[in-house]
Amino acid sequence: MISRPTLRRIIAGREAGTACGLLVLCVGLWIATPYFATAANLTNVAEQSAIVGVIAIGMTFVILTGGIDLSVGSMVALAGIVIGTMLQRGMSVPMAVLAGLAAGVVAGALNGLMVTRGSLPPFIATLGMMSVARGAALMLSDGRPISGFPEGLRVLATSRLMGVPAPVVLMLALYLFAYLVLTRTVLGRYMYAIGGNEEATALAGVDVKLYKTLVYAISGLSAGLCAILLVARLNSAQPIAGIGYELDAIAAVVIGGTSLLGGSGSVIGTLIGALIMSVLRNGLNLLGVSSYLQQVAIGVVIIVAVLIDMALRRRVQRSTRGSA
Amino acid sequence: MRGIAKAFPGVQALAGVDLEVSGGDVHALLGENGAGKSTLMKILSGALQADAGTIEIDGVATALTSPRVARDAGIAIIHQELALVPEMTVAENIWLGRAPTRFGMLDHGPMVRRSTELLAQLGATIDPNELVSALGIAQQQLVEIARALSLDAWILIMDEPTSALTERESARLFHTIRGLTARGVAIIYISHRLDEIFAIGNRITVLRDGRNVVTQTVDHADRRELVRLMANRDVDELVPESSHKIGKPKLRVERLSHGSSLHDVSFSVRAGEIVGFAGLLGAGRTEIARAVFGLELLDRGTIYVDEREVEIRSPRDAIAAGIGFVTEDRKREGLVLGRSVRDNVALPILSRLARLGIVRSRHEHATAEAAVRDLRIRTPSVRQLAQHLSGGNQQKIVLAKWLATGARILFLDEPTRGIDVGSKQEIYALIQELAADGVAIVLMSSDLPEVLGLSDRVLVMREGRIVGEFTRADATAENVMACAVGV
Repeated sequence: MISRPTLRRIIAGREAGTACGLLVLCVGLWIATPYFATAANLTNVAEQSAIVGVIAIGMTFVILTGGIDLSVGSMVALAGIVIGTMLQRGMSVPMAVLAGLAAGVVAGALNGLMVTRGSLPPFIATLGMMSVARGAALMLSDGRPISGFPEGLRVLATSRLMGVPAPVVLMLALYLFAYLVLTRTVLGRYMYAIGGNEEATALAGVDVKLYKTLVYAISGLSAGLCAILLVARLNSAQPIAGIGYELDAIAAVVIGGTSLLGGSGSVIGTLIGALIMSVLRNGLNLLGVSSYLQQVAIGVVIIVAVLIDMALRRRVQRSTRGSA
Repeated sequence: MRGIAKAFPGVQALAGVDLEVSGGDVHALLGENGAGKSTLMKILSGALQADAGTIEIDGVATALTSPRVARDAGIAIIHQELALVPEMTVAENIWLGRAPTRFGMLDHGPMVRRSTELLAQLGATIDPNELVSALGIAQQQLVEIARALSLDAWILIMDEPTSALTERESARLFHTIRGLTARGVAIIYISHRLDEIFAIGNRITVLRDGRNVVTQTVDHADRRELVRLMANRDVDELVPESSHKIGKPKLRVERLSHGSSLHDVSFSVRAGEIVGFAGLLGAGRTEIARAVFGLELLDRGTIYVDEREVEIRSPRDAIAAGIGFVTEDRKREGLVLGRSVRDNVALPILSRLARLGIVRSRHEHATAEAAVRDLRIRTPSVRQLAQHLSGGNQQKIVLAKWLATGARILFLDEPTRGIDVGSKQEIYALIQELAADGVAIVLMSSDLPEVLGLSDRVLVMREGRIVGEFTRADATAENVMACAVGV
């Protein structure tokens, strides 16, 4: 499915650096604490990365087009509560799940419309939605968690495919799909073009507003997917779920090398970024580092990753500017 | 400057260049894009450091380690790319970083007064309290020049200062330049326009591939010889003579009106015809193209393609009607610089190249390869990023993009701005080939010789109206200019 030149480009590209970072981190932790490399722990790490990993896909799309989505964490809570409420009212699992996804898509599409039709800066539009969706989740649930779901939902979190937890399988499948969307489809090409130069793209006859709206809707959809995993895993839907997820997702995207200015980056980078975040958390836990210090460490990693990325970019730019 | 060398990874931008400029001189620096002019000037203005060589000012070796050091040494630069803060006023921009203060607060009075003086010196009627974002490109260029003048520099570098100016504004600038040189200021003047260099230059230095080719006085210089030295190949400075058959009416525009920028504009272009629009900046040329391309909502007006009325409300409608628009600002509106040649060429026709939303990469690749071949785009591969190509080749990508859509009507707005002589000629040849192929071409340019050289018919605009029409035979520079300024 992935041709050899493509493979070579990936190896030579910027994702390689991030992947090396992940590798170094893993080897270091393996030496520091042998338990890290056990199958049980690695499975656990992968499972933990799935939650933020899934929303980071939508976040990558949004950031690629030059936007930002601060509302994903709240949309996760809203979609989760919708699923919980529907199940409580006796709806079947597939229907409840669809309703949850729909809630995410609608909230995301609203973000998109505010940005494209209302000309609001994405930061403001999604900051507003962050509060609106959270409030809606609290209203729907009366502020209380909803729990006690049929086995059909739990299966999504507990079943395994050849030993790999279902959430991890789902995440990897979504990443493969997103990779193909970005590299092979018209939509993907438009996302890069819009992020690279929105004006030129509009002048080329592309309906920029439509595609941007779509991208925010996709971000809502990925928040919905994340909500399914979260509700299934906790066996409960909580209106305060997903707080801070938007920042974790943005961090994964940025560590993965996607430019916040839009126009360049990849989901493969984001996947590696999400893995780095959860490996780091897991490793620090295993090493008995206090959760306070962990926060500091994660912050430092984000900053250092972006610093390295910018230094690399500048070097590439300098090597090409000589012809000016 | 002696023996200046500078290498970037993979490129030897300068390989030992010497340049000597005397006070009171206008020293013209010539060379194709990539010859090293900009790099040399960046070194002189402290933005870059040389790998080798020395810089002496008044006989004293000086290390220009930063733009600030260079400025303190009396060196100022007018950038080709405008470096203004859009959300600040004209006066604030001129005095940015050196604003007069009183008790720690900005002192607006003297700032505005001095700005007015500087702008008046340039013959510009710009309100210093206006926001820069509200100004057109030409006015911004004047502000940039005023800022450099405000530094009272002894060495003033001007990089294509007239690229957006009208002839009248350029004339005022030249007048100012003469005033400066009379006071002993040394000016280094970079331009692609030979006419200007002959008008105000004293000495000329030609660079090619990061080396000196020749330094001579303007009196001894010969135009054709200079062009040859720059390009190191014989180029005909004039547009090649060509005869193309003019066919049926392709585009007809009736009574186009838009706010205060267009009034009752009617014209038509035939297949294979090149119609040139001349006029001062702000006369409404760009607005016509934007209106026909669906970027402006029209108050009134009808557009006919192949004698059939078409409704154009967006670029998509325009593209569907077979219209292409090469915009004046290549970097902002023409290209996605961070993407490949292939992606740029394919952008307007992606959905046509795709099946079920999936891009058929073989089709896409073939389209891009064909464009590179047909338009003689010089690039190592279609995967090369657009930002790594020269201005001329970038412009060819923009052309290729529209040709790929199958456009039979092309609006070209300033198609050769900021492009070196060699590439200009290639673009001219391409435009004529397209006309010979039956494409209807509307050419908008402030470069009068370009309009006169290429057009079968010249329309002159003034204040949003078409005020004159000339056949190729009647369209002399004097006639057209007189009509444009309204004498």
